[in-house]
Amino acid sequence: MNIFPAWTNTIRPHLVLGALGAIVYVTVVITYGWTPKTLYRGYQPEQPIPFSHKLHAGDLAIDCRYCHSTVEVSAEAAIPPSSTCMNCHARIFPESPKLELLREVTLSGEAIPWVRVHDLPDFVYFDHSAHVRRGVGCVSCHGRIDTMEVVYQHEPLGMSWCITCHRDPTPHLRPLDKITDMAWTAPSAEFGAEFARANGIKPNQNCSTCHR
Amino acid sequence: MTSSAMGNASAIVIDQDIDPRRRKSLVEGDHDFTSITASIANVAERPKPPKAWYVAMAISLPLTLTLFGCIAYLVVKGVGIWGNRQPISWAWPIVNFVFWVGIAHAGTLISAILFLFRQKWRTSINRAAEAMTIFAVVCAGTFPAIHVGRIWMEWFLAPVPNHLEMWPQFRSPLLWDVFAVSTYATVSLLFWYMGMVPDLATFRDRATTKIKKIAYGIFALGWRGSSRQWHRYERAYLLLAALAMPLVLSVHSVVSFDFAVSILPGWHTTIFPPYFVAGAIFSGFAMVVTLMVPARALFGLKHVVTLRHLENMNKVIVATGTMVGYAYAMEFFIAWYSGSQYEQFAFINRALGPYWWAYWIMVSCNVIAPQFFWFKKIRTSPLLMVIVCIFVNIGMWFERFVITVSTLNRDFLPSAWGYFSPTLFDILTLCGSFGLFMTLFLLFCRYLPMVAISEVKSVMPQAHPHHHGDDAHGAGHHAH
Repeated sequence: MNIFPAWTNTIRPHLVLGALGAIVYVTVVITYGWTPKTLYRGYQPEQPIPFSHKLHAGDLAIDCRYCHSTVEVSAEAAIPPSSTCMNCHARIFPESPKLELLREVTLSGEAIPWVRVHDLPDFVYFDHSAHVRRGVGCVSCHGRIDTMEVVYQHEPLGMSWCITCHRDPTPHLRPLDKITDMAWTAPSAEFGAEFARANGIKPNQNCSTCHR
Repeated sequence: MTSSAMGNASAIVIDQDIDPRRRKSLVEGDHDFTSITASIANVAERPKPPKAWYVAMAISLPLTLTLFGCIAYLVVKGVGIWGNRQPISWAWPIVNFVFWVGIAHAGTLISAILFLFRQKWRTSINRAAEAMTIFAVVCAGTFPAIHVGRIWMEWFLAPVPNHLEMWPQFRSPLLWDVFAVSTYATVSLLFWYMGMVPDLATFRDRATTKIKKIAYGIFALGWRGSSRQWHRYERAYLLLAALAMPLVLSVHSVVSFDFAVSILPGWHTTIFPPYFVAGAIFSGFAMVVTLMVPARALFGLKHVVTLRHLENMNKVIVATGTMVGYAYAMEFFIAWYSGSQYEQFAFINRALGPYWWAYWIMVSCNVIAPQFFWFKKIRTSPLLMVIVCIFVNIGMWFERFVITVSTLNRDFLPSAWGYFSPTLFDILTLCGSFGLFMTLFLLFCRYLPMVAISEVKSVMPQAHPHHHGDDAHGAGHHAH
């Protein structure tokens, strides 16, 4: 008569616990797992040429804008053409085996196949010039590039991260002549607020600011 | 037949068909507890369902697949496959949503409100009506879910902390709607399922194959029918009924807020919540009658779903239909009385504008058609009542069409006026939703207890200890 063995009685409480546990689990996964903080921060792809930002931007202290020359006037911070590299490397280490690919593309006129590290989704509008000309330095979004042998993504670059700064940009503001200075620190706690007041910096927060 | 037998037997016993002091029995024919169980379980136990079941399935199953196909195509192509264009950005999907949510109102009204008011005639129709509620909510929920286009963004509706810092807009009636409908779906499902547990146990105990025993056994949750179980069951049923009762009124009120909270003339009216609730009960009962009349004939349930049940539902239909008619009239009165030219224009446009035909279909079907139920001949004739109820269903679909489309088509800016025409996919999706509803209902009829067996027994004369001495109550087998 009895079609179910006695142990099946123990299933019911487990089903209830399982259902509640599933709700908690999904929430935790979405909140902490499914976020750029977890998924994208630390992204460090292998590059076709072993170019060291630590050496060039750090030890040699070449200004960011020497290579990324359009950052103040355009939405994109340009990736330099190989001729920019050859300005120096025509004379410095012209025979280095590490620069084999650079010499090749310089002759053929093709582009170096760099792998993009900081890649925003296509539905996000971002303008470098709007930020660097309003006192947001490179380091705020890219981290200490001058210490990176190979560049990696230092910040999550997610929506909540952007929004946090748009709500209160003052901790990230700096004088316009210190934009590319990776090591600059604010002289006082009030500097950012004063700078924002003096320059009328009130970032937009509506959807269409970034989703155009 | 009982009454005529009794009338012949004794001149003193008053024929209960004629005597207005006596109500007709809720279970007709010569039945005892065993034969009631057997006759209801027979629907699921007979080796094959009636031919008409296969015919209905052959129609509704392809329609269901059409619906799934339309949804798949919609997800791939986007909402552009529908006729929704500015200024009519809310079109058939919302019309269908409100229509189906309305249908979903009869079940819980019958099971919860009539239960709390001790209306015993609810017992043999509540199970099927609740099932219709669930299936109608399934159809209803589909439309708002798919009309957003990018369905993978739907998790935005859930208040779960996320990396976008995206949080639902709790001040929007559209979000209230999400919670109102999902709460209603959950409570209705629980109520339906919990009420079904003793009957599922009956099916389990009568099952002849191992698979059926296990399947019904799992869902019967180990029901043994002990008095302690019955005691707790009845307590829980009462509590759930009390919980479900306010939902009957709240869900369609919240659905009406989708319109009423906006500031469009024609939508922005305070009469909307009660008017929507009355309309929902109206359409819900019409759907129950439409389906129960053929179902009781096909599955041999005429003895439990009697003409008295159907007549009572028709009385509810004429009452709520008249309320809806009152609301239509009041909308025009308020438009005139408000002195607001925009409000007045909205209603003149509704009745005489480009959608005049829809408005007058609505009025004829919803206000005039149910008035035929004042005639006892019509409200007790299965064929005629189904015809009236089908008109009511058509009318209630048009009501939502009129409210949604005829308000949006001409707003404040005449240069932006437009006219809505449905595309093939609008039509296929609507037909598909009927297919889904019918498929689910047919499966329910075949595999689940269509009538609440234990509850029907409680309204039989045998369930009342004094019935032996009282001839006028003797409608059961004892009369013979």
